[in-house]
Amino acid sequence: MDFFFDFAAEAPKLVQLLIGVVAFLAFVGLMLLLLDRAPMKERSWGHSLLLLGPALVLLAIGLVVPGIRTTLLSFMSGDSSQFVGLDNYIWMFTQPEAITVLRNTLIWVLLVPSLVTAIGLVYAVVVDKSRFEAIAKSLVFLPMAISFVGAGIIWRFVYAYRPEEADQIGLLNQFVVWLGGEPQQWLQSAPTNTLFLIVVMVWIQAGFATVVLSAAIKGIPSEIVEAARLDGATPLQMFFRVTLPSIRPALVVVLVTQSIGTLKLFDIVRTMTGGQFDTSVIANEMYNQAFRYGEAGKGAALAVFLFVLVTPIVVYQIRSMRQRREA
Amino acid sequence: MTTIAPGIAKTAQPKTAVGRVRKRLSGRVASLIAIVIALLWTTPTFGLFLSSFRPEDDIKQTGWWTFFANPQLTLENYREVLFGSSSSSGRLASFLINSVVITIPSVLFPLALATFAAYALSWTRFRGRDWVYIGIFALQVVPLQMALVPLLSFFSQGVEVFGVTLMPAWNLEGPGQFIQVWFAHTCFALPLGVFLIHNFMSELPGELMEAARVDGATHGTILRKVVLPLVAPALAAFGIFQFLWVWNDLLVALIFSGGTAETAPMTVRLAQMAGTRGNEWQRLTSGAFVSMIIPLIVFLSMQRYFVRGLLAGSVKG
Repeated sequence: MDFFFDFAAEAPKLVQLLIGVVAFLAFVGLMLLLLDRAPMKERSWGHSLLLLGPALVLLAIGLVVPGIRTTLLSFMSGDSSQFVGLDNYIWMFTQPEAITVLRNTLIWVLLVPSLVTAIGLVYAVVVDKSRFEAIAKSLVFLPMAISFVGAGIIWRFVYAYRPEEADQIGLLNQFVVWLGGEPQQWLQSAPTNTLFLIVVMVWIQAGFATVVLSAAIKGIPSEIVEAARLDGATPLQMFFRVTLPSIRPALVVVLVTQSIGTLKLFDIVRTMTGGQFDTSVIANEMYNQAFRYGEAGKGAALAVFLFVLVTPIVVYQIRSMRQRREA
Repeated sequence: MTTIAPGIAKTAQPKTAVGRVRKRLSGRVASLIAIVIALLWTTPTFGLFLSSFRPEDDIKQTGWWTFFANPQLTLENYREVLFGSSSSSGRLASFLINSVVITIPSVLFPLALATFAAYALSWTRFRGRDWVYIGIFALQVVPLQMALVPLLSFFSQGVEVFGVTLMPAWNLEGPGQFIQVWFAHTCFALPLGVFLIHNFMSELPGELMEAARVDGATHGTILRKVVLPLVAPALAAFGIFQFLWVWNDLLVALIFSGGTAETAPMTVRLAQMAGTRGNEWQRLTSGAFVSMIIPLIVFLSMQRYFVRGLLAGSVKG
């Protein structure tokens, strides 16, 4: 096979990167220069505006205006030419294919946060103070560093299917065969395929829960632990009466962040099934409607619904964060 | 005192033989659970990693666990997926470069913009400052999905209000398309970035700023000489979070970078390969590893900041 690498085709990209970096340096340099020029006064609008302006402009262009426009689009027809009232929302809650999407999202958001928290907690407890704690935590945390796309490929390989007469190459089907069963097309049979996708998300996120909860466990005052031990608490009593109540705030953080992440989940479904076989979720369906089927109105309605679902969780998260900072 | 201390030591141990056995058992069960979880979490990655070095026919015909009976290794998969000349081979080298070109400015710009904004919000005074901060902060709830369609039309059609063109269409072509990916990532990163850096910056002691100001320092000097060195850990945490976010992102890249070797990053290419050539495992396994290697290096070398960044950034999206 030939060795193929076209340097001529790559050079313009590197030039573009250089332009980007030079633009960055010029921007920072210019800002600092202007800041140095302006005289210092107790209250000066000039400084504040100069410092804040660029960020505010980008936020307006990138988030505020698009957010409003998407909300408006959700009341328009697919090509955004006609006002259709609530039709897109009615579609979302009445059509079978859209209801499947909502049902799947519900399954995801119920299962992922609870499984991630449970596994992370159990693992954090069992490796706590063991000789291999640091490396054991790293092993489980490692999947956080890789992309959902990469994780999707790893797990598609685990789920790979070969007909019964052939050798299996997927680990899961090999186990099934060893146990005397028939190999399955795990990702193609609804509704269990959604569960196999959920496994991937749990696999990625459990390390996050482990690290957060492990830190919380180490923060439990040693007097409390010692007192419980003196009273003759068994390890299980210790876990339910001492550990769990003490790390409640950290548990809430994990549950909340996982819920938000799960609601917005897109990459895993996209890489592993593309949303086929009844596995689509809101974020994936929004992409399909808006960018593949040309149904901007339906896509916008799904995005708005996502916003409505996420908002209370984020507000709750922010409020508890503030309380903790003030406490 | 001397009589109490041994008493504590004694009661800390289980008193009876049954207690000792139970304690040892629970220790055993705990170790077993730990080992099972650790195995479940590493085996899939290990299987893919090992497979990426096996010859094509072996990967497609036998499970990677048979490798130990018939060990054969090759680098051919990596050569093919990175530099192969056939159009189906991946040509990941090109996409790898795109990922780098996308990521570097998409980390630098939000860092600078968020730092400036956070400084204004913590150390300059103007009316309505708290409201501006709360406004930026509240934007964290807007999911990316809400911004995609309008932002794309902003790039392709420009801005027109009542027939007056305020901003022409960008009409970017070729490598110029990177600019719109940088732009999108920068916008989406700002609420979190301002929030994180502001948290850190506003905690700095006010006397420090006052002293510098009395010495005649300008805001530029204070920012450079006093504030930046002190908030470096927060910048590192946000920088690493943003790096991972951009490097591993699929959604923004799919929409703003086009799907070709000209500008699309590795994630887009891998997702394509997984979809259309879902059984070319020799390319998928090696390709997946090429995309993981850089974040893994960052992870292993800067674990502390990495964890901090992830914890802080876990509401983004």
